[in-house]
Amino acid sequence: MTTREKILASIQANQPSILPLPEQFTFTTTYPDLTKQFSDSLTFVGGMPVVVPDYKAIETHLKEYYPNFTNIATTCPELAHMADVSLDITDPHDLAGVNLAIIEGPIAVAENAAIWVDEKQLPHRVLPMITQYLAIIIRQSTIVANMHDAYKKIKVDTTGFGTFISGPSKTADIEQSLVIGAHGARSLIVYMLP
Amino acid sequence: MNQPTLDHAHAAIEFNKNEPRVNWHDETLWFVRTKRDRAVAQIPEWEQLREAASQIKNHVLSNMHDLLVQFEENAKRNGITVHWAADGAEHNAIIHGLIQKAGATRMVKSKSMLTEECHLNDYLTKHGIEVIDSDLGERIVQMRKEPPSHIVMPAIHLTKADVGDTFHEHLGTEKGATDPQYLTEAARQHLRDTFLTRKVALTGVNFAIAETGGFVVCTNEGNADMGAHLADVHIAAMGFEKIIPRAEHLGVFLRLLARSATGQPITTFSSHFHKPRPGQEMHIVIVDNGRSRQLGRPDFRNSLKCIRCAACMNTCPVYRRSGGHSYHSAVAGPIGSILAPNLDMKQNADLPFASTLCGSCSNVCPVKIDIHDQLYKWRQVLMQEGYGPAAKTVSMKAMATVLESPRLYRMAGKVGRGVLRFAPVTVENRFNPWYNQREMPEPPAESFRDWYINNKKA
Repeated sequence: MTTREKILASIQANQPSILPLPEQFTFTTTYPDLTKQFSDSLTFVGGMPVVVPDYKAIETHLKEYYPNFTNIATTCPELAHMADVSLDITDPHDLAGVNLAIIEGPIAVAENAAIWVDEKQLPHRVLPMITQYLAIIIRQSTIVANMHDAYKKIKVDTTGFGTFISGPSKTADIEQSLVIGAHGARSLIVYMLP
Repeated sequence: MNQPTLDHAHAAIEFNKNEPRVNWHDETLWFVRTKRDRAVAQIPEWEQLREAASQIKNHVLSNMHDLLVQFEENAKRNGITVHWAADGAEHNAIIHGLIQKAGATRMVKSKSMLTEECHLNDYLTKHGIEVIDSDLGERIVQMRKEPPSHIVMPAIHLTKADVGDTFHEHLGTEKGATDPQYLTEAARQHLRDTFLTRKVALTGVNFAIAETGGFVVCTNEGNADMGAHLADVHIAAMGFEKIIPRAEHLGVFLRLLARSATGQPITTFSSHFHKPRPGQEMHIVIVDNGRSRQLGRPDFRNSLKCIRCAACMNTCPVYRRSGGHSYHSAVAGPIGSILAPNLDMKQNADLPFASTLCGSCSNVCPVKIDIHDQLYKWRQVLMQEGYGPAAKTVSMKAMATVLESPRLYRMAGKVGRGVLRFAPVTVENRFNPWYNQREMPEPPAESFRDWYINNKKA
């Protein structure tokens, strides 16, 4: 018998008789204002929410917030002119010098400020982690209340990789002191378009 | 790694010698517990969520075989290579083989308590493979050649000054520096180079999805992603109990996990891996290591529902005052004390006794594991199997003899009252474990029985 067969046989012999899956496992959450709730959650997790009318406003804000920034990469066609780093590469190590990455998120969750991104938004999986600073653009109309609603809209295996990002990279491993910017992005600005 | 040889009670006595540090440890963990309470209070349906999670896991335990087969089939279809390991030795050998096949001698790792359980780092180091742990807390304890003392916060037993000293020695930071921001930055620079140069990366698995053949890894630092997305080979190590039936069940578990762990609404990154990126290899090692045996023990199988949030440790009055290392097991605290005797009953017989049975662990468990009941049940199994502590075995037998005989009981009462009154030094000394943390009681003038007889006459 192979190890696989041994383990599976042992499991089959030892597992209890079948119990059904619960029917009630999703819950409805209601917030009077999803954009406000998302913004509050994002602030709580160390991110910066900015409501903007259009892409022009995003560009203006970014230029004010990160003046003289170079090594910018973006997947967003409307802001392509801001980028000086090409994402048309094959080796993700080439992204090691990216300062600011601007990407788009198709679904955001009000309860915990998590934004889903998968390979449809990410030509390189490592982009939102390897960049020093990160900006994600979402549409207010795509904000859902909680994780159950998010999973109803996402098919997690449509692409090979997807992740929920909630705030900038952080750690509290040194005496429980919160430090923003562990290995991933040192900051996260989320721009919310109408 | 230094495996302490002291049993829990004696290791706890050592830990307690530095009273300010014990108090600090206690308060730090309690602070995390209160953050958990605040996060939980935001979710009106928290109790129903726990119930749903518990029921999903009940189904998983009862359908484990089919779910694993389904997961394997889908993972293979996704281009992931699936390996099976019966025990820690096989797990280590498989991973070593994959590193060799990749022609690598170095590997970067993100947090995986399973690899701690299997002593992977030791094994690989002995075989000439350099392993670097990339979670900041794990990196700190790795530099100090210590095991993690907590499954979510591996360096929770260390102060800023301890970390400052460690980094000064290993990373050349300024002597005496204690600013967490500065120290974290030093680790960031050091590990960034590691991420950029390793061909093989290992991660743990928080959840594996049978329906889709993918798995989810949760981190705050982004270290699992940095490692996995830059490496040519991504190895994921998974205890088989991490399986869940469907992707939509993640909605339940991701709402529970980080809130229970640190009081955050969700971890910063909840990454779903389904296929290797083009040109990359992705491997999953599914490990048994005693889990199927635990599945066959009706009293203890619920422990396999654990999602490793550590809420039970943070709330445990014993863990907070004895420190994670006193549990001499990869998973410390209440849940570890249920899991460890399954791995080695003799070596871990002390652990189920490291509890007040107050039930706080069961109250906070997000998947409703009956932790304190299982600790109580383990005590009985261990005593019956003859693994009980020697002193306890003898004293319990003596007590049983005394309680069985009214005459002996009355005599013992008389002797006890006499001793306390006329020769307190015979019990008020360091050889009496009861006296170590307590005042001895004031002896009553007479026993209740004598009082009752006297008063009935009157």
